[in-house]
Amino acid sequence: MGVTTAINPVEPLLRTDRMPHIWCPGCGIGTTVNCFARALGRSKLPLDKVAVVSGIGCTGRVAGYLQFDSFHTTHGRAIPFATGLKLANPEMSVVVYSGDGDLIAIGGNHFIHAARRNVDIKVICVNNFIYGMTGGQVAPTTPLGASATTAPYGAFEQPFNLPFLAESSGAVYVARWTVYHVQHIAHSMAEALRKKGFSFIEILAPCPTLYQRRNKLGDSLDAMRYYKERSVIKNGASTRDLDLGFQEEIIVGKFVDSERPTLQQTMDQRYREVLKDRYNGWRQP
Amino acid sequence: MDWVKANPKTVLTGAHFIDGNHAACEGAIAAGANFAAGYPITPSTEVVERFAARAPLVGATFLQMEDELASSIAILGAAWGGAKSFTVTSGPGFSLMMEHVGLAAMTETPAVFVNVQRGGPSTGLPTLPAQADMMQARWGSHGDYEVIALSPNSPQECFDLMIDAFNLAEQYRNPVFFMMDESVGHMTEKVVIPSADKIDLFPRRYTSLTPSEYLPYKPGSAGIPEMARLGQGYRFHVTGLTHDVRGYPAINAQAQQELMDRLMGKIRDNAGKIARTKEHLLEDAGIVLVAYGITSRVALRAVQMAREENIPAGLLRPVVVWPFPEKRIRELADRAKAFIVVEMNYGQIVNEVERLVADCAKTVLVPHAGGAVHRPEAILDVIREVAKWA
Ligand code: SF4
Repeated sequence: MGVTTAINPVEPLLRTDRMPHIWCPGCGIGTTVNCFARALGRSKLPLDKVAVVSGIGCTGRVAGYLQFDSFHTTHGRAIPFATGLKLANPEMSVVVYSGDGDLIAIGGNHFIHAARRNVDIKVICVNNFIYGMTGGQVAPTTPLGASATTAPYGAFEQPFNLPFLAESSGAVYVARWTVYHVQHIAHSMAEALRKKGFSFIEILAPCPTLYQRRNKLGDSLDAMRYYKERSVIKNGASTRDLDLGFQEEIIVGKFVDSERPTLQQTMDQRYREVLKDRYNGWRQP
Repeated sequence: MDWVKANPKTVLTGAHFIDGNHAACEGAIAAGANFAAGYPITPSTEVVERFAARAPLVGATFLQMEDELASSIAILGAAWGGAKSFTVTSGPGFSLMMEHVGLAAMTETPAVFVNVQRGGPSTGLPTLPAQADMMQARWGSHGDYEVIALSPNSPQECFDLMIDAFNLAEQYRNPVFFMMDESVGHMTEKVVIPSADKIDLFPRRYTSLTPSEYLPYKPGSAGIPEMARLGQGYRFHVTGLTHDVRGYPAINAQAQQELMDRLMGKIRDNAGKIARTKEHLLEDAGIVLVAYGITSRVALRAVQMAREENIPAGLLRPVVVWPFPEKRIRELADRAKAFIVVEMNYGQIVNEVERLVADCAKTVLVPHAGGAVHRPEAILDVIREVAKWA
């Protein structure tokens, strides 16, 4: 990874008084947090103006470990909380950091609507194909055939293709990486942080405790080997073609980087056009 | 905390002829609400329709969300972003919002939830009144928590009490319910909106400590912690998990006890201050009617009819229904022989009255399935029956 500094760049951004964290050894979530810290450094954003919002689940604990204004909300509802936070306080950079079950199953409706509105929030989705916190149940991301505690004979439902879902709902920035691609993740996160509008990054990460073990896929090093050997970087690939099969090829890259006015901009513009000087734009309370 | 005056640029001072839903919206704006999120639902929708039209004129934001789950948490996000916020719904939407009533209680987020009640259960009577969500307001979310709920009985009160609702939400950092009903929501009457300098507002409890001194959930005056402004370097954490004074999760029995004692205590210990009633002809009343919302107006008519027959009836109306006016009911029970509770449901508030007066007076329920208000004559019949033995 070419790290030459002595201190871990993530440390100043962590609530060290909350360590040790609850994540299992080999869990991929911590790696993504490391990348996030690098990305923030690169983005040059004032750190006091960053808010992190999580839902519920293993990844849902990220907000609690990061030394920012942070909110650990209800299951699936991080995005509408973040929407209210951002609209009330537009100068904040609002990052939603949560898992696939939280964001896409119970929170799926909020996900597509926030993308449609182009709310200016960054959504980081750690996808480990499974519900971790509750013990390894099937998720809307579990690959066909993979085993889970509530799909003991293997998953038989078509999983979501998340980048496709995000793009077709209206996201202006869409990328997918695996935790093998730490430099790419950090780069994408930094890009998303600078971008205006609904930005989505999916990160495939191993859950060695539940997903790997149950499916006899070895430990997290075996997961890294799989990511390394079977990932293909295809920036700009059509999001239609990004389905994930069980232990099959993973297409990663940045797929969407487009421009579209944000919710706040369209709201503002509409009121300005129609109401002219009767429009009393948002006053900070 | 020094109270402040309402912003004259937002207050529509003057006499209006509007319905309860519109008056409630103006009350919220006068109270300083600058964020609302909602999802259309009969019979409440006029509140947010009006807010959507008024918001860009008064420096506020309205967002129609994808459902009530989203609306009820968007307002909490907005509150932490610095806004004064509320959402509006009716029966089915109220059920969906319960998750975030709990989050608001646990995280001590000031927010107002308006419920223009309609007949239920389920889709029930979308266009017709009921008062059958009173216990849901009290107990609807899981776990133990305390709420504040107000019950207006006229469009004028929809305005006036809405100011109180926002003030109480800020003062106690607690979810506050505004329990209207379809009749009050769609009833058009004269509403007098005072000038802004006659409207007192309780400002948010923001800390004046520095980030290094500040502990987000350390109780301040009256057991209520102070909030930090977002984005000012406090780097605070808010969680729906049981937490310690730092706001950090603390998953153990002792932390639960400490937090819950304080959360319950901040309302229970102040219940006497928060509870509020309006009373009619109670000085010599041997029979006390208890009614709230639209039903209190019909019950008052029945009381007047009873007085014409020389039956010593009076009316107690809880204006704040939760916390319940326990002390006042107990006082009245010292000399009243009977309590008649009139409500548009199959018996909710009646249980509160009964448990308080069981030792010394009888309690009689005059229920109504909803869909229409009681007829005063039907209430009078019950008063006459009770007068035979009371
Ligand atoms: S259960 Fe899985 S996802 Fe959760 S912390 Fe452990 S390894 Fe990570």
